[in-house]
Amino acid sequence: MSQRNVIPFGPQHPVLPEPIHLDLVTEDETVIEAIPSIGFVHRGLEKLVEKKDYQDFVYVAERICGICSFMHGMTYCQAVEEIMEIAVPERALYLRTVWAELSRIHSHLMWLGLAADAFGFESLFMNCWRLREGILDIIEATTGGRVIFGSCKIGGVRRDIDDETMKGIVEKLGTIGAEIGRTTDVFLNDYSVQHRLKGIGVLSGEEAHALGTVGPVLRASGVAMDARKIDYAAYRNLKFEPVVEKAGDCHARCRVRVREIFQSVDLIGQAARKMPGGEIFVKVTGAPNGEFFSRVEQPRGEVIYYVKANGTKNLQRFRVRTPTFANLPAMVKMLEGASIADVPNIILTIDPCISCVER
Amino acid sequence: MFFKKSPWIIHYDATSCNGCDIEVVASLTPMYDLERFGIVNTGNPKHADIFVVTGAVNESSRMVVKNIYDQMPNPKVVVAVGICATSGGVFRECYNVLGGVDKVIPVDVYVPGCAARPESIIDGIITALDILERRLVEFRKAKSEARRQEKKLRRYHLND
Amino acid sequence: MTEEQTTITMEKDELLGAVSDFHSQGYRLAQICCTALGDTIEINYSFDKEYRFKNLRLSIRPDEEIQSISIIYWSAFTYENEMSELFGVKIRNIVVDYKGHFYRTAVATPFVAPEPDAGNATEKE
Ligand code: SF4
Repeated sequence: MSQRNVIPFGPQHPVLPEPIHLDLVTEDETVIEAIPSIGFVHRGLEKLVEKKDYQDFVYVAERICGICSFMHGMTYCQAVEEIMEIAVPERALYLRTVWAELSRIHSHLMWLGLAADAFGFESLFMNCWRLREGILDIIEATTGGRVIFGSCKIGGVRRDIDDETMKGIVEKLGTIGAEIGRTTDVFLNDYSVQHRLKGIGVLSGEEAHALGTVGPVLRASGVAMDARKIDYAAYRNLKFEPVVEKAGDCHARCRVRVREIFQSVDLIGQAARKMPGGEIFVKVTGAPNGEFFSRVEQPRGEVIYYVKANGTKNLQRFRVRTPTFANLPAMVKMLEGASIADVPNIILTIDPCISCVER
Repeated sequence: MFFKKSPWIIHYDATSCNGCDIEVVASLTPMYDLERFGIVNTGNPKHADIFVVTGAVNESSRMVVKNIYDQMPNPKVVVAVGICATSGGVFRECYNVLGGVDKVIPVDVYVPGCAARPESIIDGIITALDILERRLVEFRKAKSEARRQEKKLRRYHLND
Repeated sequence: MTEEQTTITMEKDELLGAVSDFHSQGYRLAQICCTALGDTIEINYSFDKEYRFKNLRLSIRPDEEIQSISIIYWSAFTYENEMSELFGVKIRNIVVDYKGHFYRTAVATPFVAPEPDAGNATEKE
């Protein structure tokens, strides 16, 4: 009869970029149970809506998470626009799509780097982050910010990208894409990477669905669910299919993200070709009255914003259900039965964004 | 003397939005390459000389921040990165935010920006190096002074 | 409108039945959220299946107790712990009950705190 131990993991841990705490109940080297406890990043910003004007709140929404900051701002704007029935100009929708896809590329590259760091492939980590800087350069050139863009506002966007620049971006993405391809080849084919990721943390399709997981975690288990298919922004005019993998293990999740990078490059190309001219925003007056659940596919999965307004400048309720929050139960389930050495990998493959989870 | 040539840093996220965190990590990666200053990122507080904190502190992370700070060997410097870590920033009015790292531990360098740019983070850490060097001199002086006092005391006792 | 969103209101005792209905139809639990509206608390259970978004709505008084749906959807435990911690909703039989140690906020049940400003002033000092 082996002995049961409880190993505390986090909140400050070398492989964790962010603070989450787990109590791992182990028997020898195997994890029997994992109990997450959060709250190290909880700020309580949902309650800030009661103090801030609904138009200014975009700034706070962007700062829910610094990785998909643009998409947070965009989801919030969509929710309010939907309630107020604002017809956002087509061009603004396309611009949003471009920025959202750029965010996805940089987020996935960042994740690939962190994952490489978690399984001890230092040079791969550095390489991914080097490539990511190329994407950030594009973002900086078009919005002025590197992580917080501040370019989305209710009724449209703040900045335009002229056609010349847009062409340049597509070209640059082509060259960066080739380089990314060389690096991601390592993830797909390298023996040591496969050794660390294949067959680890398997989640079957039914389980993933029952646990309410979203995003790449769900798609890696063979369920084709991508919130971009809801047709927000300009996605209704773009052609794409959700990236799906069957295996459901850590390597499948890695493959999904790798393929999504190239899908995003392609989507930006399509958007650049189809982008119409015209205004980039409409003036918004008045105050929202009503409620809406706005859903957007972030790099980590579907995010749900609930906005309830009562016709005043301050919203009544603002609630964010972030993808990582929905993926936490799956992480707990995957950790059960895993060996201690694989714990960091499994935690990282759900791409945890703790500041999203706790807001 | 050459202490500032190889300081190790530890990074902790105390309720930041991640924006500043990734910029801290970005400044360590090839493009900005903080490692050219001999700086290594470590996960162990007992190895670290510079403590980089991002985000305004909240009720739960307050103890963690304090803990890490206490575990670090002397001399040590604290760099607060981002406007959140400086004053609370946009989150200042949130119910769960204390507002600024300096509410919990003494801060030496404040790096402004939301998110702080890698260049300014590097600048902040280089500033911290000088402070670290100064601290080291003071620390050595205090130690030798203490040793002297102790010797004196012992002599005194012997004469007694 | 980008998408159709249906909201069904129901009573407290119908909750488990309605939720298990959704479960058997193969819906995914999308989210649970709470809104404090003065003297009532509104709880929304949202489900999604093939991009169809359905919403169950429940209005309760703050002191009323409701059943946990985590026996049907296991993953609901995170949402329910959140609700009981931030809104003080009493929920029976959560599978993994943190008993108020999920977020560990500075103020108890901040979203229904009697006077938020007064609470903040003392807390900031
Ligand atoms: S300063 Fe800005 S970017 Fe940095 S953690 Fe705070 S909100 Fe995020």
